[in-house]
Amino acid sequence: MSPSNYLLLSALLFTIGAVGVLVRRNAIVVFMCIELMLNAVNLSLVTFARIHGALDGQVMAFFVMVVAAAEVVVGLAIIMSIFRTRRTASVDDANLLKY
Amino acid sequence: MPDVISTGEAVTFWILGPIALLGALGMVFARNAVHSALFLVLTMLSLGALYMAQQAPFLGFVQIIVYTGAVMMLFLFVLMLVGRDSSDSVVEVLRGQRLAGLVFGIGFAVLLVGALGNALAGVPSTGLAANDAGSGGNVTGIGKLIFTQYLFAFELTSALLITAALGAMVLAYAQSTGRLGKIGQRATVEKRLRGEHARVSPLPGPGVFATANSVAVPALLPDGSIAPESLSAIIDATPVEEGESTPADAHALTGRTGKDELS
Repeated sequence: MSPSNYLLLSALLFTIGAVGVLVRRNAIVVFMCIELMLNAVNLSLVTFARIHGALDGQVMAFFVMVVAAAEVVVGLAIIMSIFRTRRTASVDDANLLKY
Repeated sequence: MPDVISTGEAVTFWILGPIALLGALGMVFARNAVHSALFLVLTMLSLGALYMAQQAPFLGFVQIIVYTGAVMMLFLFVLMLVGRDSSDSVVEVLRGQRLAGLVFGIGFAVLLVGALGNALAGVPSTGLAANDAGSGGNVTGIGKLIFTQYLFAFELTSALLITAALGAMVLAYAQSTGRLGKIGQRATVEKRLRGEHARVSPLPGPGVFATANSVAVPALLPDGSIAPESLSAIIDATPVEEGESTPADAHALTGRTGKDELS
């Protein structure tokens, strides 16, 4: 087994996340699929750090985690405020920016 | 010194990798959003273990604590707030979109796996053992990098986090946006006395003068009849039949009935 197996796993996870974003209609589930894509990229960054023998990849993954945390907070707050005005969490129903 | 993947790590990968894939597939195809979140937790936990196997113990623990511990619990929290049963609509707004998405996904997976598998077949792995030995361990090495080479980016993330916290507070702040604005206690009392409400007093609470304090038990009026306003619209009230209802008993609170003491 070589470290590239981790990269293949990461590619598959990323693809599943992308398909989820395209297929699912619940905004929260779409958000979780985006998290899955971020995690897949993190796995490939960690694997790159190992292949190259330098810690920079792990630092990148750390930053990705920080940005993902901030993104989750703001995104969930947006979903909450949309839900409060429209009583729905479906991305199809939020087709107007106002009213 | 080349990096050798031990048998233990290979076994870990071949167990946790499929589990992570199954969790991801379950997340996409689960009907219930809560099940999706739990499947994603499974995927993230196995990814954390894989990080630890890949000589990144710090990131492994951060993954488990921050991602599965904090972020996914936040997701579950919002799911419970929004309503657990807000399942997906089956209606396709764009015709054939799901099928197109699946075809795209399969094509993308074949492309990525094929290209990566070809390009990375014979890539040697350096491994982090020498790096860790030189800098005094994984956590120390990451700390040195963050606070020297990536210091500016690290400072920027602090600004980002503060902005995100402020943004979440602004967005999630529940303004009192009724049509009339928020009505205070004093204004409510005045309106009540002016006769703008149906009754002066509040509605009777459930279980007043009744022998149980459950919300499902209607309040009994002093003459033993049911107070109709105390029936909750949501909960099915336990039916109290006219013949069965005993008159209100002052000894009910002590757990004894008055009859025993009389006899």
